This record gives sequence, structure tokens and C-alpha cells, in this order.
Amino acid sequence: MQRHFDVELDELKEKVSAMGRTVEEQLEGAIGSLLNRDADKAREIIARDHQVNAMEVAIDEECIRLIALYQPEARDLRFIITAMKIITDLERMSDLASNVCERVIELKEELPYPIPPAIPQMGEIAREMLLSALTAFITRDTKLALDVCRRDEEVNVIHRELIRSIVTGLAHDPDRVSPAVRILFMSRSLERFADHVTNVAEIIVYLVEGKVIRHLV
Amino acid sequence: MERLSIKDFSAYYGETRALGSVSMEIPDRQVLALIGPSGCGKTTFLRSLNRMNDFVKDFSVEGQVLLDGQDIYSPEMHPVILRRRVGMVFQKPNPFTKSIFENVAYGLRIQGIRAKGVLRDVVEKSLQAAALWDEVKDRLDDSAFALSGGQQQRLCIARALAVEPEVILLDEPASALDPISTARIEELIQELKTRYTIVIVTHNMQQAARVSDQTVFFLSGEMVEMGVTSKIFTTPSDPRTEDYITGRFG
Repeated sequence: MQRHFDVELDELKEKVSAMGRTVEEQLEGAIGSLLNRDADKAREIIARDHQVNAMEVAIDEECIRLIALYQPEARDLRFIITAMKIITDLERMSDLASNVCERVIELKEELPYPIPPAIPQMGEIAREMLLSALTAFITRDTKLALDVCRRDEEVNVIHRELIRSIVTGLAHDPDRVSPAVRILFMSRSLERFADHVTNVAEIIVYLVEGKVIRHLV
Repeated sequence: MERLSIKDFSAYYGETRALGSVSMEIPDRQVLALIGPSGCGKTTFLRSLNRMNDFVKDFSVEGQVLLDGQDIYSPEMHPVILRRRVGMVFQKPNPFTKSIFENVAYGLRIQGIRAKGVLRDVVEKSLQAAALWDEVKDRLDDSAFALSGGQQQRLCIARALAVEPEVILLDEPASALDPISTARIEELIQELKTRYTIVIVTHNMQQAARVSDQTVFFLSGEMVEMGVTSKIFTTPSDPRTEDYITGRFG
């Protein structure tokens, strides 16, 4: 039996996906602005954070309306709860992409500093994780969601190695402390970005199977 | 501890099987909600727990319903005694055409209790337990029909409580009531479960979710799933349960 509620839930799914795609574009743009040392592009990305914030508020209100009107149970309830949790993480990811862009702008004022390949590499893995998580959300694919959870460790390893190499490098070149710290903050933002994608992937497992795997994977 | 233990229980109307091979344990001092679409057998099951179906022509059962270990369908169990131990409140309030006081005292009077002091005490205690005392204490001699629908339903609950049952069966007790009266009945169920075992049939999913500790889902005379209510309403095991509680059928 097709319910009007199903139409509303499909629209909610589409809005969450659209918010996810916007955040994915922000991350891609942030890494692009870094590689091209393009401060204008970085400012443009930061400006999109407002758009994502507005999406979060609108979807949140939509979820509250659906709960109040339909008093959902079981998978309908899990879907709405999942949507509310996903958008909270997406909003934080948008902030983190903006943080990367702020460091890009600041680096323009610094002495020239080589961009470690680890940064775009982390950015690319995090972006792929987000795309997979969004696909897993739409297709209710827990296997794909669990793959996303496992990839988080790849980003963590790169982050830790980057910290070690930058700290070692600074011992020989103490004049570059300032740009090096900005690179470290960037790395930290990308590592946190991947953590938030992992949260999204974990809640998708709850959506589909009703199992809470947070803090277990 | 189990108050009621149902073992491989089936019920028939003539040749037609209304309930098939139901087995479950109903723990003491908990609320069990029976849910399922119309015709699924949940009311037949409820009414089987105090042999109300005995009045139905060609009704027959197989299996056992044990109340504190004793089979309620055994020849030793007198139906009148059984119904004193397992009280019932119906969908539509059905007070007697008597005063408020006499409605509650009725069960005691037919047991032969005449002492006014005893009757007064039991009526007061039962009306208090049914959260109705404060509203009626100054007009106990008024007709029960002077009460609102919600008050009449609480009066019926008080009448059931007066004979000190162990189990209370509620057949959609709030379906004819407004939201405030419904909320009062739900509050009352929460209070009563500290002393009684309660089995409730309801079509209101949110009500089942709010008031019960365990939920059973019936479909086409079959017990599909029984579990802790919070689990049934968030992550049911059987897709048929999920489809029903989310309104995809029924």
C-alpha cells in the first residue's frame, strides 16, 4: 500500500542527499583551492557554509514535523532519526571544509611552503568515503556503509604520519613553524571530516538493521 | 514470575480456527499489549483468558491456559471464580443501571457480602485505585449514567478491581474516549500494573507503545511475534510486524 507518508519520506531522503552532495562539493573545492593556492575559491567555499547551515535547519524542522504528524514506528522512525543524525554530521563536515579553506587563505600570506601530498590524499579518501556513505544511505547498503567505517583508519594513519614528518622537518627548519602549523590544522580537519563520515556510515547500519554499532567498529 | 502461561492454545468457532497454537508466558505485574488487524484473533485470545467465549455457540479450544499453574479450562475451575480472578473491561463503558456506589459494590453483593462498612471501604478503595474517587465521592448515589464516558470507563475498572482480581483484561478500553480521558486511562494502567497483571487489546499503536511492557502481534489467527515493546516498535524482527505497525497494511 503506497502511503502519502512514503512520498514525504522520499522527499526527505532527497533533501538529505542534496545536502550531502553540497558538502562533498565543498570538500572537493577546498582541496582544489589548496592545490591551486586560490584564496578567492576558498572564500567562495566558506560562503557556502551558510547554505549548508540553512539546509540543516530546514531538514531538522521537516523531521520534527513528520514525527509530530505521523508518529512513525519501526523503520519509518529509524529513517527519520537517521536523517536527523546524518545532517548534524554533514553540518560539521561543512564547517571542517571551511576550516581547510581558512587555512588556505592564511597560507597565501605565509612564506612559500610545499603542500604535502598527504593532504590531497586524505581529502580524496574522505570525499570517496562521503560519496559511498551517501550511496549507502540511498540504497540501504550496509556492506558499503561498513566499508566506509573501515576506511577511516586509512585517513588516521596518513594524519599520524604527516604529524610525525612535519614535526621532524621543523627541527631542521624552525622558521617555517607558522605555515607548518596551518598544514597540521588542515590535516586535523580532514581527519575529523572522515570521522564524521564514519558516524554517518554507522547510523546507516542502524537504519537498515536496527543495530547500534557506534564505538564498536 | 509468570501469572499466565499459554501452551499450544488454539480456538475454534465451529470448524473455523480463529487462533492457532499460541504459546506464551505472561509475567506478573506487567502490561501485555495485543495488536493486529481486525479479525486477527486478538480479541478471541483476550476473551479466552477468562472464558468469556464460553457464551459463544460452537466455540471450542485446544491446549492450555494456566493461571498460577492451574488450567482455566479444567472442570475444577468454575468460570465465575475464574472471572473474579481475571476481570475484564470492555471497549464501550457498560455500567449497570444502578448508582455509582452499587456498580462498584455489585461484585461483592453477589458474593454475599452485606456488611455496609466492608462495602463502603471496598467501594472507596476501588474508586481510588481507578482514579475516580475525588470526582464522585460526594455523589455516590447518583446514577452511573450521570458520569462522562471517561468516568464511566473508570467506574467499570473500579467495578473490576472491587473483587480483587489478579489479572485485568482490557478490550480497547480507551477507543471510545476523548484524548484527555484516554490519557487518564493510560496513567491508570501504569498505576495498576504495580499490583495487577494487565492484558490490553488496542488498535492504537502509540497507546500500545506507551502503556505496555511487552507486545504481541497477531495476524490471521497466528502469533507472529512477541517481544519487549520498545524493541517491537523500533526494530521488530518479523517484516509482517513492521509492515503492520508502520501502517503499510491493516
